[in-house]
Amino acid sequence: MTFWETIQAIGPEVILAVGATDLLLLTAFSKNPNVIRTISLISVLLLLAASAALLGPASHAGNLFHGQFRADAFSAFAKLLIFLASAVAIAMAPGFLKREGEAHGEYPILILFAALGMSVMVSAGDLMMLYVGLELSSLSAYVLASFARRNTRSSEAGLKYFVLGALASGLLLYGISLLYGFTGSTVFEDIAIALATPASEGIELGRLFGIVFVLAGIAFKVSAVPFHMWTPDVYQGAPTPVTAFFASAPKVAAMVLLTRLVIDAMGPATDAWRQIIIFMALASTILGGVAAIGQRNIKRLLAYSSINNVGFALVGLAAAGLAGVASVLIYMTVYVVMTLGSFLVVMRLRGADGEQLESIDSLSGLARSRPGLALAMMTFMFSLAGIPFFFGFYPKLMVFDAAVQADLAWLAAVAIATSVIGAFYYIKIVKIMYFDEGGPELTTEKEPVASGLIALTALAVSPLGYLAIPYLETATTEAAASIVQSGPVVPAAPQTLASGH
Amino acid sequence: MSIGLEHFLAVGAILFVIGVFGIFLNRKNVIVILMAIELILLSVNINLIAFSVYLNDMTGQVFAMFVLTVAAAEAAIGLAILVIYFRNRGTIAVDDINQMKG
Repeated sequence: MTFWETIQAIGPEVILAVGATDLLLLTAFSKNPNVIRTISLISVLLLLAASAALLGPASHAGNLFHGQFRADAFSAFAKLLIFLASAVAIAMAPGFLKREGEAHGEYPILILFAALGMSVMVSAGDLMMLYVGLELSSLSAYVLASFARRNTRSSEAGLKYFVLGALASGLLLYGISLLYGFTGSTVFEDIAIALATPASEGIELGRLFGIVFVLAGIAFKVSAVPFHMWTPDVYQGAPTPVTAFFASAPKVAAMVLLTRLVIDAMGPATDAWRQIIIFMALASTILGGVAAIGQRNIKRLLAYSSINNVGFALVGLAAAGLAGVASVLIYMTVYVVMTLGSFLVVMRLRGADGEQLESIDSLSGLARSRPGLALAMMTFMFSLAGIPFFFGFYPKLMVFDAAVQADLAWLAAVAIATSVIGAFYYIKIVKIMYFDEGGPELTTEKEPVASGLIALTALAVSPLGYLAIPYLETATTEAAASIVQSGPVVPAAPQTLASGH
Repeated sequence: MSIGLEHFLAVGAILFVIGVFGIFLNRKNVIVILMAIELILLSVNINLIAFSVYLNDMTGQVFAMFVLTVAAAEAAIGLAILVIYFRNRGTIAVDDINQMKG
């Protein structure tokens, strides 16, 4: 492969890296107080350019840099989702940050860096690449969480996120070091080969510990129970556009990374990781469904909703195989649209003086004061609840179908039961909007960008979304096929560690 | 008695556990948490380098360099967040970080 072909294959990353660093200089030297609008516009264009670059060799070049980097259909699908979600998170922010008095040009740039990190993450073919990508996106995320720096809650959210995030990176790294030591490599393919080779009891134990620690570290990033405790606080404290970002792109990236890791690197140890994933799936769906019921703050409620949704995606991952991986991708796609839409609506809830409203009570009477907004919110809530005919029903169906095919019908049954519990609080929001009285007076300010995005996302998850199924199915099946191997992994020569020196 | 791989791994494991406990049991202030995080990362480095030497493979040492670099960036960002937190609240005691609950 020539130099030019390699550059094309990592095109999206090159565009983001060069663009973001240049924009950083531009912001630093700009004296214009309105610079955030220009930077946001350029950032969105950069993300669109990076998405366009996925059409080229970036989606099918295969292994690059000695297996460190994978440019396949699977990563291309995830990158497209990540870039688009990041672009929405940038587009929704300028007005909000201006009202908060924090309209700095660094916001879109930090999101660009996070998107770059996530795009490296989903393409990782090596534990080192995985770690560096993960850290690039996490470090940007810590700063973003505390972006409203004069706001006590925002800085507290940043601090909590940082401490627990750093702990999770520590767990992940410790697992990586064990996995490296007991398999002899950091490349996913070689790890899979080593895991398929029987070894002495002590080495097998070390590998198991490695797998557990790595899964724990990534479970934190997808906020699966029991590593979810940061989610409600960070979601509540962070500025709303940042919360919308956290709930969308990084979730996709971490989920896709987890999928690639367990299928690609830990494929031969399926029995070991499947139990852990099943436990996390059950715990997340149950806790996400039950704990959300008593919440008064809508961002907190959406945080529990995201924990719940991650649980469903993990059900699909537990199923593994082609159908399971494809269902995870479908689930994450629809989830991102639903969650971005809900947060866009939350951002539009502002009192007459322009202050941000976050309590669930402030939704009362929304159907009378802002019928369009209420209709959109209803679409998102019914979709998140998985009520049939809304598009949110379809990914749940796919996930449960994959689970049943993999002989995990009981898991699907429990998940369906918790989905019914979860439907309670989604429907409660609809009830408050349509049947309760006496909400606060809302601002009448027009926001064409936000309104357009709300309409677009609402249409996508409305029953009209079913028109997209053929495309979605083709794309996800192709993506899943690029990482799920058809044959078993061939065991290699005896372990290096067994002989040692 | 010669020092073998298991001794290095034991030291790494002990440091790791001290680091994790330092985060959870510490009720005093956040700076101690930052130190505990560094401890965790360094325990990982010990592991990586011990394995690297034992396996006769350079990857582990390269990885350790990456971990060092990222740890430096992480500490810088952690301290920066801590500074803005202190400006808002005037305290960095762990027990006072309780604005949001539920």
